[in-house]
Amino acid sequence: MYAVEYQQPTNLADAASILASTGGRALAGGQSLVAAMKLRLSQPGTLVDLSLIPDLKGIRRNGDRLVIGAMAKHAEVASSDVVKAALPALAGLAEGIGDRQVRNMGTIGGSLANNDPAADWPAAVLACNATIRTNQRAIGAGEFFKGMFETALAPDEIVTAVDFPVVQRAAYAKFPNPASRFALVGVFVAQMGDGSVRVAVTGAAPSVFRATAIEDALAKSFTPVAAKGVKVGADGLNSDLHGSAEYRAHLISVMASRAVVAIA
Amino acid sequence: MGANDTATMTSVVGQSVLRKEDARFLTGTGQYTDDVSMPRQTYAYFLRSPHAHANIDSIDVAKAKQSPGVVDIFTGADLQGVNGLPCGWLITGTDGKPMNEPPHPVLAQGKVRYVGDAVALVIAESPAQAKDAAEQIVVDYDVLPSAVDSLDALADGAPQIHEQAPGNRCYTWALGDKAAVDAAFANAAHVTKIDIVNNRLIPNAIEPRAALAHYDRANDEYTLYVANQNPHVERLLMTAFVLGLPEHKVRVIAPDVGGGFGSKIYLYPEETAMVFASKKIHRPIKWAAERSESFLSDAHGRDHVTHAELALDKDGKFLAMRVHTTANMGAYLSTFASCIPTILYATLLAGQYTTPAIYCEVAAAFTNTAPVDAYRGAGRPEATYVVERIVSQAAMEMGIAQDEIRRRNFVREFPYQTPVALNYDIGDYEQTLDAAMEMADVAGFPARKAEAQKRGKLRGLGYAAYIEACGLAPSNIAGALGARAGLFEAGQVRVHPTGSVTVFTGSHSHGQGHETTFAQIVAGRLGVPVENVSVVHGDTGRIPFGMGTYGSRSLAVGGTAIVKALDKIVAKGKKIAAHLLEAAESDIEFRDGKFTVAGTDRSKAFAEIALSAYVPHNYPLGTLEPGLDETAFYDPTNFTYPAGTHICEVEIDPDTGVVDVVAFSACDDFGNIINPMIVEGQVHGGVAQGLGQALREQCVYDRDSGQLLTGSLMDYALPRADDVPSFNVATKVTPCTHNPLGAKGCGEAGAIGAPAAMMNAVMDALAPVGVTHFDMPASPYRVWNAIRAAHGHA
Ligand SMILES: Cc1cc2nc3c(=O)[nH]c(=O)nc-3n(C[C@H](O)[C@H](O)[C@H](O)COP(=O)(O)OP(=O)(O)OC[C@H]3O[C@@H](n4cnc5c(N)ncnc54)[C@H](O)[C@@H]3O)c2cc1C
Repeated sequence: MYAVEYQQPTNLADAASILASTGGRALAGGQSLVAAMKLRLSQPGTLVDLSLIPDLKGIRRNGDRLVIGAMAKHAEVASSDVVKAALPALAGLAEGIGDRQVRNMGTIGGSLANNDPAADWPAAVLACNATIRTNQRAIGAGEFFKGMFETALAPDEIVTAVDFPVVQRAAYAKFPNPASRFALVGVFVAQMGDGSVRVAVTGAAPSVFRATAIEDALAKSFTPVAAKGVKVGADGLNSDLHGSAEYRAHLISVMASRAVVAIA
Repeated sequence: MGANDTATMTSVVGQSVLRKEDARFLTGTGQYTDDVSMPRQTYAYFLRSPHAHANIDSIDVAKAKQSPGVVDIFTGADLQGVNGLPCGWLITGTDGKPMNEPPHPVLAQGKVRYVGDAVALVIAESPAQAKDAAEQIVVDYDVLPSAVDSLDALADGAPQIHEQAPGNRCYTWALGDKAAVDAAFANAAHVTKIDIVNNRLIPNAIEPRAALAHYDRANDEYTLYVANQNPHVERLLMTAFVLGLPEHKVRVIAPDVGGGFGSKIYLYPEETAMVFASKKIHRPIKWAAERSESFLSDAHGRDHVTHAELALDKDGKFLAMRVHTTANMGAYLSTFASCIPTILYATLLAGQYTTPAIYCEVAAAFTNTAPVDAYRGAGRPEATYVVERIVSQAAMEMGIAQDEIRRRNFVREFPYQTPVALNYDIGDYEQTLDAAMEMADVAGFPARKAEAQKRGKLRGLGYAAYIEACGLAPSNIAGALGARAGLFEAGQVRVHPTGSVTVFTGSHSHGQGHETTFAQIVAGRLGVPVENVSVVHGDTGRIPFGMGTYGSRSLAVGGTAIVKALDKIVAKGKKIAAHLLEAAESDIEFRDGKFTVAGTDRSKAFAEIALSAYVPHNYPLGTLEPGLDETAFYDPTNFTYPAGTHICEVEIDPDTGVVDVVAFSACDDFGNIINPMIVEGQVHGGVAQGLGQALREQCVYDRDSGQLLTGSLMDYALPRADDVPSFNVATKVTPCTHNPLGAKGCGEAGAIGAPAAMMNAVMDALAPVGVTHFDMPASPYRVWNAIRAAHGHA
């Protein structure tokens, strides 16, 4: 790790102005950023620790919305009664991230800002069509994820919360990479308030995407067989030591069907 | 030990005494190399090659030397008078010539041969400053084509890695009677053939390698703390072969060591360069590998490509076996690299069976990869994998039950001379097979398989009846086979005036629990509480000599050396007791911690004798020296032969390829057991590592660039606690016939038996879908691919 300036502002405005003036990086749980810094792959001049900013914390139900503060840790989401009542699939997803140490440090905001192609949260956010709130604006899930490790966030923009609609029912099925246990393929299936079905896939491609063929099949028949019957194309999918594009394509249908099993 | 002393042995020997060392390990007070610090200490960082194969046109350290905090920088040019690292085992090829042994420079000399090859040693006031300075070193590389695969390296036109090894061949070596094998194949009713790869593994000790080197000008002495499994061997190799230092002026201490699995046996470039540099800068130098450095530069394991054939008669009796293996040595010969795919491999190809003729040929190749050397099991897992996979496949092909084909071929009479050099002293293979089958509830398997089928899952049962040669080794036999070292062990028992005892052993504990097991042996023999016995290991300054810990040798060889020293203690104690009790020495019996005149109630407690030895007021000073401190060296007369049967049950999800190990039963014969809990722990650890090899782990280098693709735990799939099932383990005992403890060794068995048992289970499960073989690891992706291939997809 290279030497770094460390700042710990106590409100959002200060954090934003330090980020803007120093060109530094926000620090949430550090579970991705600090690891990259230790490998000297990332070299921020200034770290702006967000952990003392009250506005970024907490999980609350707002009518038909579930609002999770950007600094909510995976472990908090996993154990939150509010989440379990409103959108239990999110608690399950959070419980499946990394290990206990990672879940006690890593945050939903950090995960989304990082947009690792194998991260779990993007699948939930995209499938549920959640809104990402920042200190500057609200960004729809469909516009947020731009590509591998790329988002719509400006350099000094801070995610403040993730605002989920309380969908009818949902489930997340993750096939872990045997080494890292990030998602080799993760499929989040959500049945929205209006009955429509949204399916988002993480791990399989450079960035999270919607599996529209499976959405269509499930719209016709919300059954495991329907999901499994969809032959997903391998074009554009990731291929590495742990799975070819064909394997990932196959797993998308399998995991989608398992998510449907979990819902039904 | 004397026959009349055995009664006391039983009191504490054979008990699951809790590990004495765990108090410090569990409370974080262990002292590992990186926990040791010295005044004025500096920090080392090694600049490593980013290329698999390149000439170094120039190295410019001028700017780096100006970097803040830099103390000094060393490159190959500064070490030109220093010898290369030696290989401890000479293999003589089929052509009668010694193996090719190209130099293994401490720091690269004009060329780098693998990604991670050490190029420069940077010493600074802090680790970060050393690393910063290393980034300022300018190395001009002329990148060459590389070969990482052993077959690629041996192919015509492969890039030449060492001048001294034409065609990248280290040796071609063979064992066995080729003519007899050929004749047997000609008359076989059935021949089974198999092509298998024993996947390359990267050891991952929890404690990365570390060293602290110090030169003391006042006494012209060096001290090296190093995470190592055999400090005397480290010292001998470093002083006599590389640096040319007087052995008595160098003290090597391997304090608490957090796991080794073989990877810390070897003399590595890093600590050698640091010892050299410590005298140049007159300050202590510390280094601890980062995990990514461990992946790149620790000696790797396995990496065999094998074709094997088994000839059988119509009843499934083995007639002969023929094996050809290509072994990857890596870029340089590591300390014991040459003997692993030969002496510790081909000699085990008889397995538990009476196969009358065996021929094995091994081609060893240099490649642009990290050196490959012993890793838990070292040659024996590879041999077991060949034998037990081909036996399983033969049984399937011939329609013989898996247990039955093994029973038909078991060695039943001992001693048994195999056709591949070893002489098994004792064993009872049917007993461990029967017990394992009962433990695995083989009888209930068909019902479980049917039930799984209803859920769309595939169940399989796999056997491995393994044998290993442990207790390394009779020095004369090893010497005749090319060892450049002895393989005895030393033990010293120092009884203090008050009767407490310090034991000095040349074995080294890096997880094995010597401090407890050895204390039990001593406590049992002398009749003193285990708490009154301390075991010291890992310090050339305190221990007479030692060959260290590997090859499941600690108890069988190191423990026996202690027993021999105890014999001397008891013999001397009898002399002292005879004097004090005014009796004939031959009338003195020693049991339950008391020296007694036979047939009387006149006795002296052990502590009284100890006190008398050190306060010799009433003492036969004319004929006996005072003191009670004895040393023994023990050289075994044979290897020991632990053996057993492991049975694995898997359930495969054909939709995803996930293999779930639903049960694993191991019945092992380790000879006599001192501490059952520790033995069980060793089996658990070994099986977990075996599971890693069978189902998860694989070291992969990119075939074109030579870059390590599995350079971190993000890509190298080490098993985690929740990946392993609850093991079902038991032991049977046929005591080793040639050491007084009757012990055979247990440290590697799990890693030896498990991969074959697991892969046999996978193949059994997949037989209904038409899969007969694919290589480890049976990761979900590979299983899925195998199923697809069997269904006719590419
Ligand atoms: C061993 C291990 C296993 C893991 N396994 C998984 C897994 O299975 N699934 C999974 O999804 N993830 C996994 N992770 C990643 C983990 O979820 C991280 O927590 C997450 O990727 C980043 O969150 P963080 O809070 O640690 O962010 P940091 O590491 O602190 O930051 C990450 C990036 O986001 C930026 N950032 C952080 N917060 C904000 C904000 N509020 N606004 C704008 N930018 C921000 C930072 O500047 C940085 O660029 C694992 C991590 C580890 C170490």
